[in-house]
Amino acid sequence: MRSDRNLAKARLASDRSSAKAGFGLTAAAWFGVLFLNLPILFIILYGFTTDDKSYSFPPPGLTTEWFGVTFARADFWDALWLSVRVALFAMAIAMVLGTCAAAAMYRFKFFGKESVTLLILLPIALPGIVTGISLRSAFALGDVPFTYWTIVLGHATFCIVVVYNNVIARLRRSSPALIEASMDLGANSFQTFRHVILPNLATALLAGGMLAFALSFDEVIVTTFTAGQQRTLPIWMLNELIRPHQRPVTNVAAIIVMAITFLPIIGAYYLTRDTQDVAGSGK
Amino acid sequence: MASLTETTRSSSSLGRLSTYFYTRPSLLLLLLLVPPLLWLGIIYLGSLFSLLLQSFFQLDDFTGQVIMQPTIDNYLRLFSTTNLSIILRTAGMAAIVTVISALIAFPLAYYMARYAGSRMKALFYVAVMLPLWSNYLVRVYAWKLILAKEGAIHWIFNQLGLGGFLDWILSLPVIEGSSLSTSYLGTMITFVYIWLPYMILPVQAALERVPRSLIEASSDLGAKPGETFRKVILPLAIPGVAAGSIFTFSLTLGDYIIPQLIGSSRPFIGQAVYQFQGTSGDIPMAAAFAMVPIAIMAVYLAIAKRLGAFDAL
Repeated sequence: MRSDRNLAKARLASDRSSAKAGFGLTAAAWFGVLFLNLPILFIILYGFTTDDKSYSFPPPGLTTEWFGVTFARADFWDALWLSVRVALFAMAIAMVLGTCAAAAMYRFKFFGKESVTLLILLPIALPGIVTGISLRSAFALGDVPFTYWTIVLGHATFCIVVVYNNVIARLRRSSPALIEASMDLGANSFQTFRHVILPNLATALLAGGMLAFALSFDEVIVTTFTAGQQRTLPIWMLNELIRPHQRPVTNVAAIIVMAITFLPIIGAYYLTRDTQDVAGSGK
Repeated sequence: MASLTETTRSSSSLGRLSTYFYTRPSLLLLLLLVPPLLWLGIIYLGSLFSLLLQSFFQLDDFTGQVIMQPTIDNYLRLFSTTNLSIILRTAGMAAIVTVISALIAFPLAYYMARYAGSRMKALFYVAVMLPLWSNYLVRVYAWKLILAKEGAIHWIFNQLGLGGFLDWILSLPVIEGSSLSTSYLGTMITFVYIWLPYMILPVQAALERVPRSLIEASSDLGAKPGETFRKVILPLAIPGVAAGSIFTFSLTLGDYIIPQLIGSSRPFIGQAVYQFQGTSGDIPMAAAFAMVPIAIMAVYLAIAKRLGAFDAL
């Protein structure tokens, strides 16, 4: 959504700009871009290396055997499965709570509204370690044992804001006239919700959910405090990094993780890309 | 359409319910707002409160049990030489990471905002967002590969015949390490890499908002390009830099994965918190330690607010 706005602005700006950037500036800008994007390629390269003892560059030889080795390891699949289950449930909770919050914040003015916004933002505004140790200390005080649910609890908390942001952005762009028209034509609130609001929100909701899934699937800092002995995929990877055995397996896992997180993010991008002109928004 | 009239007929009780809510909007508000507020209020604020509470308890060294009597001992222990050096080390790293991030982010953001055509700008935008959305752990791991003694950077320096130069840098005080992946320099590079997009985006947004007419006016009034940059563009970009620095500073303060995987073995605040709650089971002390980044950030946010960071977010 944001990128769209920037693109539109960019088009305007490029019409006006005739100046050329100096060589130094161009070089510095490209240095930044390469610095941000080259390192990921090393992950992929090292997934194919024949050297499983050190990080030698250039790799002494290339092989695809590590993919087979990874797929044969039960601990990898257990971790992957746990991560998927946690992410799905955290996503579901975040979608319900995030949508409720967005609807309330869009539709009503009430006392303490700013505090509510702050409360929703706080879990991602504070460093992850603070959220993590807070939950850990609460579980310790309440004698709550670490389970699947303690992980979900933490993840859902910081995922709410992602869904909230997506949904409220869509609500703000959709025209209130549509809802009024629906009511004027005799639909009650439930019918208006089902036939007018929901179809309008659907893609934003889905996009928010997908981003929440990706966020949860990736998370490691809060999870180390709420998982106990359980291993989500990022925690499994962290353990492999600290005590490696079959080092390139970690790279193969990393490649798979990147693929799994990228699909929902690209999906979310496409879902929200063409919604600049929401039906009825033209005035 | 047919389905709509059908539902109207079949759901007159729903219709009545709808009217009921329509005439009582505050009830609907309550219904919508209570679930998320309960969740965040109980789980999140509750946990934060328990953290504060725990920080005033103490661990009995003999029994390993938490004694629930208020004391400020944990906070006094923060001022021991070891703990103070952990705090200073982390804050210092956060400051350096913030400065370097700003230096790398500024030209990129400036190029994006002023010179890039629409295609180029879209490309840059994707290039900045892509790493932001890739897996954090994977990206840290990438640098472990690159910075290792037998890894790519050491290899490139050796191929260029500059191996001695790199060794000299690594032998300097403070940086000291046998390879990039075991020195502070490696930790810093990784931190900058991970948090850089958070700096680029607000700076770019701030630069984007500088009206072109202002720049034209400045040159019409006789300012050289350098002067316009210093006296017009730079001051207007400061809020963006301040906004970005909130992220780079706060995220560095709270991170414990990067210094654990890359760098000398000397601990940062995050590692201290993690070790107190894990290995030694001293949650009260971990809680007190977690208050440090919160306190530092509170001061930092107050300063950033004065610089106008919140208008640039």
